Order: sequence, then structure tokens, then C-alpha cells
Amino acid sequence: MPEITYREALRQAMRYQLRNDERVFLMGEDIGAYGGSYAVTKGFMDEFGERRVKDTPIAESVVVGAGIGAAMAGLRPMVELMTINFSLLAIDQIVNNASKLHYMSNGQIRVPLVIRMAGGAGSQLGAQHSHSLEGWYAHVPGLKVVVPATPYDAKGLLTTAFEDENPVIFIEHTALYASKGEVPEEIYRLPFGRAEVMRPGADLTLIGYSGSVHQARRAAQQLAAQDIDAEVLNLRTLRPLDVDGIIASVRKTHRAIVIEDDWKFGGFGGEIVALIQELAFDDLDAPVLRCSGADVPMPYAGALEQAALPQEAGIVALALRLCEGEAA
Amino acid sequence: MGQHGKTGTLTRHDGGAGMTGDELVALLHTMMEIRRFEEKAAEMYARGKIHGFLHLYIGQEAVATGAIAALRPDDYIVSHYREHGHALARGVDPKRVMAELFGKETGVTGGRGGSMHLFDVSKSFLGGYAIVAGHMPLACGLGLAEQYKGSDRIAVNFLGDGAVNEGEFHEALNLAAVWKLPVLFICENNFYGMGTAVQRVSALVEVYKRAEAYGMHAEQADGMDVLAMYEATARLAKRVRAGEGPAFLEAICYRFRGHSMADPEFYRTKGEVDRWRTLDPIASLKRRLLADGVLTEERVADMQAEVDDIAREAAEFAEQSPPPPTESLTRDVYVDAPSAEEGSRA
Repeated sequence: MPEITYREALRQAMRYQLRNDERVFLMGEDIGAYGGSYAVTKGFMDEFGERRVKDTPIAESVVVGAGIGAAMAGLRPMVELMTINFSLLAIDQIVNNASKLHYMSNGQIRVPLVIRMAGGAGSQLGAQHSHSLEGWYAHVPGLKVVVPATPYDAKGLLTTAFEDENPVIFIEHTALYASKGEVPEEIYRLPFGRAEVMRPGADLTLIGYSGSVHQARRAAQQLAAQDIDAEVLNLRTLRPLDVDGIIASVRKTHRAIVIEDDWKFGGFGGEIVALIQELAFDDLDAPVLRCSGADVPMPYAGALEQAALPQEAGIVALALRLCEGEAA
Repeated sequence: MGQHGKTGTLTRHDGGAGMTGDELVALLHTMMEIRRFEEKAAEMYARGKIHGFLHLYIGQEAVATGAIAALRPDDYIVSHYREHGHALARGVDPKRVMAELFGKETGVTGGRGGSMHLFDVSKSFLGGYAIVAGHMPLACGLGLAEQYKGSDRIAVNFLGDGAVNEGEFHEALNLAAVWKLPVLFICENNFYGMGTAVQRVSALVEVYKRAEAYGMHAEQADGMDVLAMYEATARLAKRVRAGEGPAFLEAICYRFRGHSMADPEFYRTKGEVDRWRTLDPIASLKRRLLADGVLTEERVADMQAEVDDIAREAAEFAEQSPPPPTESLTRDVYVDAPSAEEGSRA
């Protein structure tokens, strides 16, 4: 299987759609002539023309709203918002229109729209360019929220997103575009609401998504050296959420830590903790913990930014606390 | 005209817009139907049959009636939250509209939407929207889709004067203009955004000039004159349909009732409202058609009886309809059509 980047995996999924579905078109800020701020759509305007690949004004609300309107009229647009930070300027369209029109119209209207954006921190971009707001979108009924961690996830989940009949918020991680992994050459689809057991384990479950999956995996390697066998779950989608997969893992390991870049207070990790205690309280041997971003606006300085994000050492320390007296 | 009645280049339209007598009578009938329907809705609200917000269109009937009569039946309509008139003018079943106001299963959206969110996709009536200006980007997208498909269907976007200071108004006008989208914007300037007079909050009170600033054709029309609305809309829709880019029509009009049923109307005088009532679009057209011999008093009485029946029957239908079953609560949050994810499940 060829090894390609997360970026290339996304490109393959988009190119497949553009070639095979005339209803699909892409629009966004600097996705055409510039090639995309993360170079995901580089060359597409030359390959598919300006009708299919549209550069838009910097006007997030109308760009997303026009995507919704075009989807209402039977097309299958993909809107790129450059980053999740700018999606705040389109949140009225996402929350008041995209998520609700199917329900409000009693099923008369469909909004098959993919909204791609880059999220996450770690590149010293400062407080206004380092958000992890996926939990906000996952809070909204009517939206699907996809958070790929690997190139394999990226291609399979984006293909599923394009073919879904609902609005999909597709959040890529800025720090992962150059990461590599094995990806089949042919097109394939990964189901929404199905987590991946990235590393099976018996002693505790580390639950991550997007960038935090990789921290969990590295922490699991460190824990293995201390005879703690951690299972790593890659959620892949936050809504729908693989509740059954999470509960099955916790029933096996009896302990869990949720890892996320997002702020801890009111974050999505709290939802996972709540579900575990509602559904598997008797299976728990310890409280479910969270290793989250610090509750501060993201600082620029490298040392401060790293201190604000979850780190392997922090995950390992929490895991050791949970497994105290259990390890051999 | 009232204290804000300066209408710039506006001229009253005196011709019959090239319409036959029957067509003129049909316009009058539609306006009378909207008026009577809403009077009945107000009555039902007072009797506790309708809840939530109820924004009446009374006084502005000429705008929706004249404009929509000038469109093709498949042209998209995207409207604001004061949209009963637009739905009825488009031919949405009054019984199902009233049932929606009652929150009944037989309503146009099964009681999901209510007064502010009427939808009838079969009539290309793509909704009433309750976030001011938040619907304008959707109209751009509908126009974009038709442009992409190469069709000559257009999108018509009704908005209020309250929308013009929202960012989405400016984003939408700019995108429509720069992409030459087939969208006709019709701004119903009734001089008040809720209870705030336009000139108190707008640096430029002539709304159509804002659209001109985006390089699109824009003009004003007398929104109290259904023929003026018909003529202007037909002319602008033709341009838009021909691919000449978006156009903008500012309809000068006035709502005779409060912003919603809860409005005590402290912000305007009774004298101002009374002056505008002398321009009642229904009474004006009626007088004209009587004077021209197109209508007789007997026919007018018959028409009044007809619209009384429509409104009464709508209320009876709504009253007799069942509420939506609570089991339907979680239906249609998502489209649950078979999708790729199901197919690939092992």
C-alpha cells in the first residue's frame, strides 16, 4: 500500500468526487489560484476549471450560506473555510440554517454540504488562529462532525462526507497535513460513528481524536515500558459518536482518559466522561479523567503554547495515577 | 406619506402594467385573500389558538402580490419572517398555512416551523427565515446552483429594511454582483426595523443606493401599488433571467399593524399610521377597477365573501387537525437515507 500524506489523501478524495459527480464543486478563500492555504486544493482550478473550483471573497457567512443554498437546489458543494477560526464568522449559517433546514422544513429540504476547515494548535499562530472548536459543532443536532487523525482516515472519511445527505463539518488538523501513512490507491469509505481501536490494550483506554490520537499512541508506548497496557481509541467522528465502541473498551479496561486539545471546561471530553458514567458506572475501577488544553487563550511563545496543550508526559502521569497498585 | 415618506425618484404607476381585466381582478383577489387570512390569524391568536410570534403583513400585500405574480412559478422564493403573504401569493394552500400557525400536523411543515418558517418546496417556496439577513446567502446559493446548471430559473429574496445593516446583507450583495448570480433582491422598506425608524440607525436611508454601490441595477418602486410592483418586478426579473446579474428593488411600503402581536407601537403616531392607511393597496386597486368598469360592486362583494370563506375554512381545517404526534419529535434531524456508511458496514 502506498504511503502518502494526510494532505494527499484529502486531495485524492476530492479529485474522485470532482471526476465522478458533476454536482460536486468546491469553493472557498484562496482555494483556486493560490492553491489553498494548506495546499490541499493545489492545481485543482487548472485541472477542473473555475466553474468547479471557485475562489470566493473573504466573506465566510455568504460563502457557507451560498453552499447551503446550492445544496438545497440539488448540488453537492464543498466549502473550504481555511481555518476553524474563521468559521465563527459563518456560525449563523452553520447553526441557524445548515443544521436546521431539514428538520424545520419537515424533511422537505436537504443540505448535503461538506464544510472543510483546519483546526488545532501547536504551530505558534497565536490566540486567534489556534482554536479547537469541534466540540461546539458537535453540540448541534443536525450536523455531523468529522475529525480525521491519519491519512487513511482523511481519504475514507472525506469520501463518506461527500456522499452523506447531511451537512458535515470536516475538521482537519493543521499539524497533520504533512504526516504520512498507508492509504489504498482505490477509493473507499469509512463509516461515521465507528471508532478505530488503534492499539488494543487491557489496562486502560486512552480516547483521542484528530491530533490527540497521536499523543495517546505515544503515551501508550511509554506506558508499555512500565507494564501498563493501554488501549487507544481513535474516534474519527464526534457526531455521530461511537458510544458503543467507547463503552465496550471501558468495559474491558475499566479505566479511561479522554485526551483533547480543546479547553477543558465545557469541552467535548466532558460529554464522553458523562456518557461513560451513565452507561458503564459499575464497570469503572477509577474516575474517568481528562487531559485537555489549558483554559487560556492560546499564547504565541513556544514554551507557553506547549504548556497549554496536552502532552504525553501528562497523559502518562494521569495513567499511572489511575493504574496505581495494578501494574505488576 | 408619513413623516418618513420621502420616496426619492419614486413615481406612482398609472398604467395597467399591460394586464387584462381578469389578471387585475386576480391581483385584487390575492391581496384580499392575504388580508382576510391574516385578520383571521390575528383573531385566532387573540383566542389562544396561535402562539409564539405572529408578524402580520397587513398593509404590505401589494409587494408580495405584485412581485410574485410577475415571476415564473418555479422561481425560488426565499423570504423573511413576515412571510404569510408571500406563501399565499405563491399559491401555498391557505389551509395548510393556517394549520402551521396552529402548530398542527397538517401544517406546511407539520407544525415544525410555525409562522416564521413556512416551507413548500413543491411551490419553490423555500422558506421564511427568522434571523435578519441570514437568508440572503441562501438566495445567493440557489442562484449559484441554477447558474451552475445552466438553467434560467432565478431566486427572489424578500428582505426587510432591518436587514440592511447586517453584515450578511453586504456579503450577499457583493457575492451576487461579483459572480453575476441570478438573484432578485426585493427589500420591503416599511420604515421600521421592528420599532426603530430607518433614519435613526442607517447612515444612508435610500436602501437601493447601497445595492448600487455593489455595481448592480437597483431601483425603487411604490410598494403600496400592486401594479407598480408587478411592472418593476417583471422588468427586473427579465434582466436577471437574461444573465445580466442580480438586481435590487426597494419597495416603499408600510405595515398597518404592529411589528408582532405583542407590539404596543410607542415608536410611531396614530396620525402617521392613519395617513398611510389612506394608501391602502387593496382599497386603491378596488377604487380603480370600479372606476374603470372592470369590477362591479356586486363582484367585489362576491370576492369578499370568497376570501371570507377561504379564511374561515382555513381556520376550521386548522382547528380540526390533530397536533403532531410526540413520537415524531426526533424525526428528520438527519436525512437517514441509506448512505455509504451503511453500505460499508461489515
